[in-house]
Amino acid sequence: MAVITTKGVEKVYNPDKIPVKALKGVDLEIEAGEFTAIVGPSGSGKTTLLNIIGGLDRPTAGYVEVGGEDISQMSDNVLIDFRKQHIGFVFQAYNLIPVLTARENVEFVMLLQNRSKTERHARADELLKAVGLEDKVHKRPAELSGGQQQRVAVARALAPKPTFILADEPTANLDSESTANLLDIMARLNQEEGVTFVFSTHDQRVIDRARRVVTLVDGRVDEDLRR
Amino acid sequence: MLFKMAWRNIWRNRRRTFITAASILFAVLFASFMDSLQRGAWDNMINNVVNYYFGYVQVHQDGYWEEQSIDKAFPLADSLEQVGAVEGVEAVLPRLESFALAAAGETTSGVLVAGILPDVENRMTDLENRLVEGEYLTEGDEAVLVASGVAEKLGLALGDTLVLISQGYRGVNAAGKYPIRGIAKFGSPDLNKQMVYLPLQAAQYFYGAPGLATSLALKLGGQEDIKPVVAALRTQLDTSAYEVMDWEELLPDLVQARELDTAGNVIVYFILYMIIAFGIFGTILMMSKEREYEFGVLISIGLQRWQLALSVWIEVILLGVLGAVSGILLSMPIVCYFKVNPIRFGGEMASSLEKFGFEPIFPATFDLQIFLTQALYVFILTAVLALYPIFKIRKLQPVQAMRG
Repeated sequence: MAVITTKGVEKVYNPDKIPVKALKGVDLEIEAGEFTAIVGPSGSGKTTLLNIIGGLDRPTAGYVEVGGEDISQMSDNVLIDFRKQHIGFVFQAYNLIPVLTARENVEFVMLLQNRSKTERHARADELLKAVGLEDKVHKRPAELSGGQQQRVAVARALAPKPTFILADEPTANLDSESTANLLDIMARLNQEEGVTFVFSTHDQRVIDRARRVVTLVDGRVDEDLRR
Repeated sequence: MLFKMAWRNIWRNRRRTFITAASILFAVLFASFMDSLQRGAWDNMINNVVNYYFGYVQVHQDGYWEEQSIDKAFPLADSLEQVGAVEGVEAVLPRLESFALAAAGETTSGVLVAGILPDVENRMTDLENRLVEGEYLTEGDEAVLVASGVAEKLGLALGDTLVLISQGYRGVNAAGKYPIRGIAKFGSPDLNKQMVYLPLQAAQYFYGAPGLATSLALKLGGQEDIKPVVAALRTQLDTSAYEVMDWEELLPDLVQARELDTAGNVIVYFILYMIIAFGIFGTILMMSKEREYEFGVLISIGLQRWQLALSVWIEVILLGVLGAVSGILLSMPIVCYFKVNPIRFGGEMASSLEKFGFEPIFPATFDLQIFLTQALYVFILTAVLALYPIFKIRKLQPVQAMRG
């Protein structure tokens, strides 16, 4: 069953001045439990596609369905709630809340979902253990290495049990060891817990681990390879 | 969690927080201190003028205060009992007052001669304690008690004779000479340069007005009794024959001067808080710009805009409260110190203040209301300034914000 469906998705920036077509009709279906990498050269539209799938940006034409719901038509506030319930984000620059500890960061979205304190604590501790940071629960982002911060970000994205996780260049700022470590964790979560991951990446190490690779060129799907 | 985030965010840039909070602190400190001192000076002046002579309420024959003529004197016995029975009135001070020319040798000076009942007068005005030389008057005396300014101007000392010349009741000639029994010093420079006290009976004889008084000054339990006492008297007395006036009606110039002075300070406070506002706004502006990326992330992961706006609003308010509370805590002991140890001016400064009718003593008033008012100003100021990031958050597009 398709978790994400995009149909004829187009995105034009600056439509009134100098129009730039970032996406030129992307049709894509991503099934539950997939471990998909969206690849392509710079400017091919990877991040734009990820933003549109994640409801952070709206398509100029076409639509996006997540779990059967058309998110392109949702109002801003409804979309924020939708993201909170269904989509986990891992960003290139970690993007943890600097004033909160690792555990508080992981708990944050669950708090917005009004989960009980006991449930939040238990889930946060479980996830931090899963990403190998059980001894860092009380550390703030500034006290963690880049790799550790990105693992906290993965734990945060997983915490509300989202339908899928979008990761935009998650290894771009990591060294080899941290990258391998992070990929191991994400692959394990994908295989053991069936979490759907969609990455945009340039990183060959990520591409090598992906089970599906969608290549974008000039805003179009050029190749869709399943392994 | 929003409050926790707001609180921790304040301390992300400690130096900036300290500088912003310190600017608020000094504004609150300066404004509270200035206000306390100003109110203290006015309270002291009003206390000197009202408590030490005029009383909070006076009763006269209708039209007396406008004309200030002894011809508007009224028989005492008629009204004294009725006025004294009103709830809140602690004592009734009958007086016969009129202006006269005081002379000693070749020097003369215009004075206000007040015929008083020495014992009753002392209960309100504590006149005996104001003596700097000599003795207090007694009922049957044929002597005067003069203010130090009068004695100084006329070059008189204790035991010397003071000559008084005036026009008495209904045009009779009034002239008399009286030994100086005592010299008193008043806080109010106005009173100090014109008061001459005679026992009531002697004054009635001097002005040819036996059994008459021009005013009844009332000693009340406190300021809160003014309104009910005035209302009760206006109901009970024949208002076509008598006028009942509170101190603000008796001394409109004093009230106006206070209002003018207070209004001047409002402008100073406005300028002060405008400067502070720019400081706080600078901090808010930098904070909003620096955290645009973070705001984008928070909205992306599911924080509603109103929740983010509330968190930032709490943050700015906390910053304001931090500065205001520190300002209040610091100003309280300072104000307290100057309440106990008033600022006393000397030399030329004292002379100029006296020329304007001010006693050269500035005690501070310790009133929680003053501090709370300053805190309220800061709260309103920060609450308004905090609307800026709220506006920015409302318009923020997460993708653009995270693009940097």
